[in-house]
Amino acid sequence: MNKNKIYPMWFAVLALLIYSVLFVLPGLIGIGYSFTDWSSYSNQLHFVGLENFKTVFSADENYLKIIKNTLVFTLGTTIIKNILGLALAVLLTKSIRLLNFHRGVMFLPSVLSTLILGMIFTSILNPSSGLLNTFLREIGLGGLAKPWLTSPHYAFKSVMAVDIWRGTGYIMTILIAGILSISQDYYEACSIDGASSWQKFRFITLPLLLPTLATTTVLNVIYGLKVFDMIYALTNGGPGKATTEVLYTAVFKKFGTGQYAIGTALSSVMFVFMVVIGFFMIRMMTKDEVQE
Amino acid sequence: MKAKKQAASIAANAGAWLITAISLVPFLLILLNSFKDSLGASEMNLKLPGLPLQLTNFLVVVEKGKLLTSFFNSCIYSVASVFLCTVFASMASYVFSRNRSKINRILYLYMVLGITMPVNYVALTKVMMLFHLNNSRLGIVLLYTAMQLPFSIFLIHGFVAKLPVELDEAAVIDGCSPMRLFVSVILPLLKPAIATVVVLTFLNTWNEFVSPLYFLSSSTKWPMTLSVYNFFGMYFKDWNLVCADIFLTSLPVILVYLLGQKYIVSGMTAGAVKG
Repeated sequence: MNKNKIYPMWFAVLALLIYSVLFVLPGLIGIGYSFTDWSSYSNQLHFVGLENFKTVFSADENYLKIIKNTLVFTLGTTIIKNILGLALAVLLTKSIRLLNFHRGVMFLPSVLSTLILGMIFTSILNPSSGLLNTFLREIGLGGLAKPWLTSPHYAFKSVMAVDIWRGTGYIMTILIAGILSISQDYYEACSIDGASSWQKFRFITLPLLLPTLATTTVLNVIYGLKVFDMIYALTNGGPGKATTEVLYTAVFKKFGTGQYAIGTALSSVMFVFMVVIGFFMIRMMTKDEVQE
Repeated sequence: MKAKKQAASIAANAGAWLITAISLVPFLLILLNSFKDSLGASEMNLKLPGLPLQLTNFLVVVEKGKLLTSFFNSCIYSVASVFLCTVFASMASYVFSRNRSKINRILYLYMVLGITMPVNYVALTKVMMLFHLNNSRLGIVLLYTAMQLPFSIFLIHGFVAKLPVELDEAAVIDGCSPMRLFVSVILPLLKPAIATVVVLTFLNTWNEFVSPLYFLSSSTKWPMTLSVYNFFGMYFKDWNLVCADIFLTSLPVILVYLLGQKYIVSGMTAGAVKG
């Protein structure tokens, strides 16, 4: 049978077209524009070579700090979400009452808009009337009540904490699916040999869960590098100078002030970086797929 | 031994309840405060709202926050892009999965690469302007479709691979045209994968905030996320109203979550777990 006839190529054309024009093309011309002085102030474009990238990577500007913030945010949240998610997944694969209720509620933050969650947490973390500080004062730990989002000292950690609260349930859900796919035979064999629960976790669950953990890590890294809504709603990059600024919020600010060239240069740095990550990720995700 | 086991079980249950409570607090906060008056909500605590419940909050929000318009907009954006994305993604992934020629394999990888690729919004404005899609509803729908295609194609592609090719062969021998084969034979079998794509795409597009922020300047075209944020900026002192607005904006998402939980979890864990 002629496969090209039964499975005609035009079936794929519309998907390829929309995706190429609205997704890939901007990424590519964006790289082109990052070598120009494109801005809202002038209609003329001039080639400026590596000028924009020099600005982005120069020590006098804030951009290196923004890139560092993005990386710290990504690494920090990824590691903590994985550890907490793993602990919760182990807990919620035990015989606990109302198991599905617990799983369902813990996953809930992942379906809501991150923007809205950010808005809610501006209230919860409010220094004077916020729920967290009020709670701390009521249980006699008033000393721990801090200006979570308004002090440069705590803002970055607070933003990360909110994101960890938001994202852990998602990681947990994936890891639960991973744990449930491990054959019970291993655990039975282990029990017969007299292994403790810690040993079962250490020598069965953890090693067999590594591929799943690798995926959750990649998913988290992709999310973390692109984070925008959460930080936009919580601090919008503040307090002070770029305390919690990340790449996407910086790009939006450059867009707002009409400095398009710098904005697109920042985006392009990210684009290249993430396409490289993408290659590894896709190799990981597609390697086990059924082949004819 | 038995006592020790019981203690462990109690501890595990207590731990689960603690985490569940921490996950639930912000949602309770919204729910409770959306029924309070302005003064009662100003502290944003978990005290039960006093009687009578301030149901007028919702009316005020619908009117002042122009929620009807933005609800209507969000519906258009989500429904249209869910539809386009599902149709295009299932057609494309069907061909990519069935006919694994070298070019198709490359095209598939090219599409799936979009899962990680960031959108260059600044340069995208140029492209949108070129096609007159700036500040247009059609533009947002097409943009959402483009952004949701990679993961949808990834999901359906894996599912098509599990359907036996013999089905196609039998249909072709019976004289089925390619279109008929896809619509009458393959599509019905793809239902579970399509349900997952529909639910996930709906959630993602309903929650999407960045694209409208860049590309929709006129407030009559704003989706709910953008109008709730704008409302928050104007009425940040009236938490009762902000909560009522958030409540109404999140309601569709929570309903979809409750109804389609199975599909969400299976979709979000797809590719992550090799069973």
